[in-house]
Amino acid sequence: MTNPTMSSTVTPETLRTGGPVRSKSQLKRRNRYVIAPLILIGVNVVLFLVFFVWPGALGLIYSFTDYRGVGRLNFIGLANFQKLFADSSFYAALSRTFLYTVLSVPLTYVSSLGVAALLTSKAVRGRTAAKIVIFLPWLISPIVVGVIWKWLFGQDFGFVNFVISLVGGNPVPWSSNGNLALAVVIFAAAWGGTAFNMLLFIAALKNIPEALLEAAELDGASAWQRFRNVTLPGIAPTSFMVILLSTIHAMKEFPMIQALTNGGPGTENTLIVQYIYKTGFEQAKVGYASAASMVLMVVLLAIALIQLRFNRKKA
Amino acid sequence: MATAANLPPAVAEEAAVGAAKTARTQVQRNNRQGRTKVSAPLTGLMWLIVAIYAFPLLWFILSSFKPGSELFSYPLSMIPREWTFQGFMDAWERVDFAQYFLNTATVAIITTVLTVFFSACTGYALAKYNNKGTRLFFVCILATTMLPTEVILNPTFTVIRDLGLYNSLAGIIVPSVLTATGVFMFRQFFLTVPDDLLHSARIDGASELAIFFRIMLPISKPILFTLAIFSFQWRWNDYIWPLIVLNDPKWYTLQVALRSIVGAENIDWPVLLGASVISILPLVLVFFVFQKYVLNADVSAGLKD
Repeated sequence: MTNPTMSSTVTPETLRTGGPVRSKSQLKRRNRYVIAPLILIGVNVVLFLVFFVWPGALGLIYSFTDYRGVGRLNFIGLANFQKLFADSSFYAALSRTFLYTVLSVPLTYVSSLGVAALLTSKAVRGRTAAKIVIFLPWLISPIVVGVIWKWLFGQDFGFVNFVISLVGGNPVPWSSNGNLALAVVIFAAAWGGTAFNMLLFIAALKNIPEALLEAAELDGASAWQRFRNVTLPGIAPTSFMVILLSTIHAMKEFPMIQALTNGGPGTENTLIVQYIYKTGFEQAKVGYASAASMVLMVVLLAIALIQLRFNRKKA
Repeated sequence: MATAANLPPAVAEEAAVGAAKTARTQVQRNNRQGRTKVSAPLTGLMWLIVAIYAFPLLWFILSSFKPGSELFSYPLSMIPREWTFQGFMDAWERVDFAQYFLNTATVAIITTVLTVFFSACTGYALAKYNNKGTRLFFVCILATTMLPTEVILNPTFTVIRDLGLYNSLAGIIVPSVLTATGVFMFRQFFLTVPDDLLHSARIDGASELAIFFRIMLPISKPILFTLAIFSFQWRWNDYIWPLIVLNDPKWYTLQVALRSIVGAENIDWPVLLGASVISILPLVLVFFVFQKYVLNADVSAGLKD
């Protein structure tokens, strides 16, 4: 690590032009340019190796074994993956997760952007107070978000069904109907996810040059046209980031749904991380669960790469 | 991973440009203020949305003050007919909530201090020293965002167990110290600090570490606070790590304890409502004291952890 060629802070040119004495002091300085950052990043490097590289490698190894949490590792090749691709409950969890993602990400995106647009519009009164109220769900843990929405949409005791019965409707089976239960989860996700994405959008919207919007206004563009043709392209990088982060977040949704429906009714709304947790911990099929994890990781990577490519093409 | 490396620098640039623009937009804003009229429909729409967002929480909090008998008796009323603190008291005493509260606070505070400090160190090194080592580690940090804990639950458990951290608070604290977001936040901040500052300190003979501790760390105070609040929120609300690491109920954190109440066959709603509301309070308090560091932060990188 103290090898002077490691450092690029001092270019070869400056070395060559300096005399022998000078280059010796430069050598010393170069060393400290290597050692100082090493000291600074040291702890995080160790943490990275221990808590990312090690479990990551272990997970990959597990996925080729029939490990059950104890005993020796017994390699079984691709058997886990073969079994996994024939496992209907795995497909059910994976497709339910995709459905959840496809529905919740756009909802979260639209609500965060809409709220951010209103909060940056000078035509709106009381923006500071509104911002604080809408930001509050950010403080609430996914578990409690689940509890709050479970309470609101309780089938026999919830406020929503109470209001529906007040106006003469029949109680809606929010927890015994799989699709309705998923809808509640999606609402809850949007409610909890708006706050943070809204902050990102507010920062982006404030960076759009007012001159551009004013010029468009003078040219007779309507508010919608201005939004569509000036604002949206202007915040494209942020939009991309919000969609990417929300998609990855939705794909690994776990605590909120655990509290809200626990994957129910039955196992109808079991999402992929919950499936991994159940097989890996409750049934102790570590090897099998690790194979499922590898599939999830590949999916996450693919999503990131596809969105990255899409973003490039647009730019 | 290499392709993903293109994202943060762009983001960083955006943040830096944003900072420079603030002054200009301020002037423009003042110019516009005069002729933009307040729009009643837009204001109405905004406040309707606020009401929709506030309602679930409001209903939840008001319900927590109702006695158990009133919770399920139709017709429901928004305002409790009879106010009571019984749910809170039951949660606090019966469920050993004080212990969970203490555990959570310990974890959140210690992890936050460590995260902020080591993120500052790493972020600074990644921003101001450009060599193969730091460049490689930057890509490594990026890679961690692609490998969330959720994907490596079982192997993580094995690692925790083999390190002897199973069933201890240290098992939650130590692995949570490294966060990509924290490192990126500091890196972006230090990228905007002019190199001249560094060079002149070097000419004055200051050692590299002294420059960091005496000059760079103090000027990063705003980022320091922002990350501290984010980190505190992440750790206070964290569920996955405590779920994997903790087994003995005496070490439970609030989230795991809440999950065990809501996961029960017959949910004890009065206790659950009280317990949930108590669990939110510290964060609300922290938020209202430090809200400017959250709401005004020029947040860009993947701040969700």
